[in-house]
Amino acid sequence: MIYLDNSATTPLHPKVKETIINALDMFGNPSSIHKSGRQVRALIEQNRQDIADFFNCSPEEIIFTGGASEANNTVLKSATTCCAFCNDSRDHIITSNIEHPSVLNTLKCLEQQHVSVTHLKVDKYGLINPADVEAAIRPDTMMISIMYVNNEIGTIQPIQEIADIAKKHNIPMHTDAVQAVGKIPIDLQTLPVDFLSMSGHKIYAPKGIGVLFKRKTAKNICPLITGGHQEKSMRAGTENTLGILALGEAIRQCKLEMDENKARISALRDRLETGIMNNLDHVSINGDPAHRTYNITNISFVNIEGESILLRLDMHDIAVSTGSACSTGSLEPSYVITALSADPVIAHSSIRFSLGRETTEADIDKTIEAVTETITFLRKMSPII
Amino acid sequence: MDGANWNYSDKVKEHFFHPKNILEIDEKDYQPDGIGFVGSPACGDMMKIFIKVKDDRIVDLKWQTFGCASAIGSTSMLSVIVTRDGGLMLDDAWKITPEMIINELGGLPPNKIHCSVLGDKALREAIKDYYKKTGQEDRIPHDDKSRIICECLNITENDIRMEVLEGVKDFHTLQERTKIGTTCGKCIDTAKTLVEFYVGKYYADDIYKGNS
Repeated sequence: MIYLDNSATTPLHPKVKETIINALDMFGNPSSIHKSGRQVRALIEQNRQDIADFFNCSPEEIIFTGGASEANNTVLKSATTCCAFCNDSRDHIITSNIEHPSVLNTLKCLEQQHVSVTHLKVDKYGLINPADVEAAIRPDTMMISIMYVNNEIGTIQPIQEIADIAKKHNIPMHTDAVQAVGKIPIDLQTLPVDFLSMSGHKIYAPKGIGVLFKRKTAKNICPLITGGHQEKSMRAGTENTLGILALGEAIRQCKLEMDENKARISALRDRLETGIMNNLDHVSINGDPAHRTYNITNISFVNIEGESILLRLDMHDIAVSTGSACSTGSLEPSYVITALSADPVIAHSSIRFSLGRETTEADIDKTIEAVTETITFLRKMSPII
Repeated sequence: MDGANWNYSDKVKEHFFHPKNILEIDEKDYQPDGIGFVGSPACGDMMKIFIKVKDDRIVDLKWQTFGCASAIGSTSMLSVIVTRDGGLMLDDAWKITPEMIINELGGLPPNKIHCSVLGDKALREAIKDYYKKTGQEDRIPHDDKSRIICECLNITENDIRMEVLEGVKDFHTLQERTKIGTTCGKCIDTAKTLVEFYVGKYYADDIYKGNS
């Protein structure tokens, strides 16, 4: 299979797989004080340290969670349920209209509880204007939550400028960095966010493990899951030892491979785009060509329905995803692509190719060929071209 | 996105990957006797059907679509149903329902039924077009329950009637089940009126008995 859906999830890195296999017998509870517990505790803390080093933060600022959705929920729900925030009479949150559903739907929930939310609009490239963030700040603004990189189009937000604005106004800032980690170097000494969410399974670790970074100086948050005092009482439940060790290994591999991946994968992505553009007319790229991650290209094949493209590529054993309404189950096209273009056909005909560390030049060449064949076939039967 | 909704039957896959009766030449060169067109690109589905009629029988049918896999699969299936064994009589072709197509396909995922089976609607439009072109407007049924109410999702009055018969008693439930009016919204008032009308028609007794 040619797997070009790495923004949905990634296969395990071979080193991560090895780490998991080697750890399978480490069943000890890290909260136990006998040897089997201490051994696991030491490994967890070593991995926490490695992850903290990668982000240039302190290990006490790393909270392990079940993934980025949980991390996003923890931060945002704290905003209304936590005593630290509740003592505060502020109840306004600023976000964008292209955030991940784990942010948008959580905020929708909070809106029922009298939180007011400003959804900033993005421009046609999917970019948020930092000036709009500043203009949206009110005396009652309690948090700004803006994603680092959009998952559908790869657009990189001017997160440094937005975080600087938040800091200037003394407003807690959260960023969902799921699609940025491992692709863009993140230094939490220079990026003044208070909270950052990330997920393991987008960087070749397994599903079910993620991190919430919480700066020491940030306000306290309420745990989403209460119970024991694991993770400094900010996330109860016996630690996911295998997940944590796997995530630590994935992060160490990111550090080793980041530069090489960037050079190699961006060249492959460009090869894919050029090949498709050379072979086909009425093709447009969604997102910001100048500010996007190197692994994603989101292309609209005008007047062809995305699900049909996806399933025909699937027949060629090529895995991609689409923003077409027919693929969402909700019958509504991608809200991200819809936010970029007034023309609904652009969203219905969009396909996301997301490359990964295993993608080869041969994969890309086969994909160009299969896409050309598929689009030519589907256009032949389309009444509108 | 959920893989559970992608369990297409082998028959659907066969028709999707190898669709039958697609119009591959210019429609002028094909010289159809009737053309039917439903949907819009904004809704994500469009269907165009071309028919040739001889002695009141559809002797050939070709089609084009901008649509998803089940739109392609179901229209390909429809084209076979209509043209096999010498072709259907116009009156019989008029009566084709989505259920008939879905049965021949061996089923469709539930969330696909309303939005993607639009071939029968386009076919009736093509038949109407043929009647108009040949001075037989009087053959177009006056009480056209197959008229499309929600153009985005191709939901007809008959679909709404069937939903009511299956137990839907208010617009909210109808929308939950069919997604009617969730795309452009302009059909909502008509749909609400129709739900009330059919609930009144089929459940009036219940209402009097107070057990609705």
